[in-house]
Amino acid sequence: MPDYAVPPLVARAFRLALRNVDGMMTALILPVILMLMFVYLFGGAIDTGTRYVDYVVPGVLLVCIGFGSGTTAVTVANDIAGGIMDRFRSMDVRGEALIGGHVVASVARNLVSAALVIAVAFAIGFRPHAEVTGWLVAAGVLALFVLALSWLAAAIGIVARSPEAAQGIAFLVSFVPYVSSAFVPVRTMPAALRTVANNQPATAVIDAMRASLNGGHVGADAWHAVVWSLAIIAVSIALSGALFRRRAR
Amino acid sequence: MNEQIRADGLTKSYGGVRVVDGVGLRVPAGTVFALLGPNGAGKTTIVRILATLTAPDGGTARVAGHDVVADRGAVRSRISLTGQYAAIDELQTGRENLEMMGRLRRLRGRAARARAAELLERFDLTEAADRRVSGYSGGMRRRLDIAAGLVGTPEVIFLDEPTTGLDPRSRQAMWALVSGLAATGVTVFLTTQYLEEADRLADTIAVLDRGRIVAEGSARELKRRVGGARLELQATDAATYHDLIDALRDRVVHADRGSLTLGVATDGGASDARALFDEIDPDAIRIASFELRTASLDDVFLSLTGDRLHGHAAESEIAHA
Repeated sequence: MPDYAVPPLVARAFRLALRNVDGMMTALILPVILMLMFVYLFGGAIDTGTRYVDYVVPGVLLVCIGFGSGTTAVTVANDIAGGIMDRFRSMDVRGEALIGGHVVASVARNLVSAALVIAVAFAIGFRPHAEVTGWLVAAGVLALFVLALSWLAAAIGIVARSPEAAQGIAFLVSFVPYVSSAFVPVRTMPAALRTVANNQPATAVIDAMRASLNGGHVGADAWHAVVWSLAIIAVSIALSGALFRRRAR
Repeated sequence: MNEQIRADGLTKSYGGVRVVDGVGLRVPAGTVFALLGPNGAGKTTIVRILATLTAPDGGTARVAGHDVVADRGAVRSRISLTGQYAAIDELQTGRENLEMMGRLRRLRGRAARARAAELLERFDLTEAADRRVSGYSGGMRRRLDIAAGLVGTPEVIFLDEPTTGLDPRSRQAMWALVSGLAATGVTVFLTTQYLEEADRLADTIAVLDRGRIVAEGSARELKRRVGGARLELQATDAATYHDLIDALRDRVVHADRGSLTLGVATDGGASDARALFDEIDPDAIRIASFELRTASLDDVFLSLTGDRLHGHAAESEIAHA
């Protein structure tokens, strides 16, 4: 049964997101800068065995989504810490509706960021060899991961006791994609980092996208990516539900 | 008379500290009730218990006919709470905030829009309606905040320190607004640290000190408890000041060593004042100056709790500066 509170709260989350200057800068400018920076600044020095722009797109996507979700964590923390929480509670608005609104807006904003990354990539020579199926797999894997990171961000927003703390935690989490196959091949890393890189969600998502976009064999990576994403979603939802009830005292 | 708020024996502790300690209240429908007390007296905790946001450790409370613990949903649909911290979105316009609250109160799109427009008009915010709240003044925010609470046409309105932080003019406007609310028949429960505010707005005032209600009644009844007026006496020197305090003992309603002044309750009549002077200063050498003042609720608070309200300690010094 749909909750009457969801549409107005989704509309609210969209407005807050669109009018959050920092958040929109992160969503719209960061993709351009990162894409250009990695391809032109670092790309020449990194040997991946393919053209670097074709290699790096999934990595830049993940980093942008990571930063974009950080905005969501801060927005949720602002709600939790602010006076509006008491009003919503005294109006019997369910926490799931409030957080759900932010997650929907977060997914939308991150997908726009992702589209921008792809557009810039094409402009500077990104030429994937994927069929329609390959694109669909890549888009599906990415969209699911965007949803996962948005829920994770919401959970972080609730865990943190203040918007500043949420910002700090989200900032640390946004480094996770760097320790993956995002920018350099995992085989070039020291053994300890390689173990981390090979067993974390970013690598699974990136490898699945890279393979599907470049017409390679996707195989287990896609399933790993899906399982990771679903696990993150499940844990984040459970965590935010429990924490929300505890925080909202 | 129909009671809209009825609480008995409410208690609440945080970390072993009892912040609400056996509070009982009765608020008849359509009246304004003020909970008066200094910072940390437990005012906000009581409001949060009555508004269903905090569960009491002990005691019971019924608001708008429903139990605040067992029947929380029913209470929530009949009340509004405007807290000390603005519960509106800075990044939305005034109109967007109110329309959203309407939708969250289950009004349909058109009804929510109409209700928002009506409240904006009533709270003198029509001109600013389509500007973002981040550009509003403190007084405008507070008005919008209260308007947001009224979207669902509540029966009981809780206002937690509605004028704290407002400039004098906005405070006057807020008082007019609260009086207007009371005139529409809703029950208003407000908290305040300002004696003048409680005096101006409330039918009944309860004085809260360290989690307990130490007095309750109309402003007039409370003032009667310390006499109708207060004679402010300034001693000629510190030794005399202490002599006077020793001589008058319980009759001193406040004393300020810095300015060597002390206040004594009196009925305000000349014979009472003369008798007092004859008693404590027969040779007319110990009192440097005096002033007759109408008893304030501050005096009430002092005589009930032995402590001054925060923020009012400077009052006597100003009067004699």
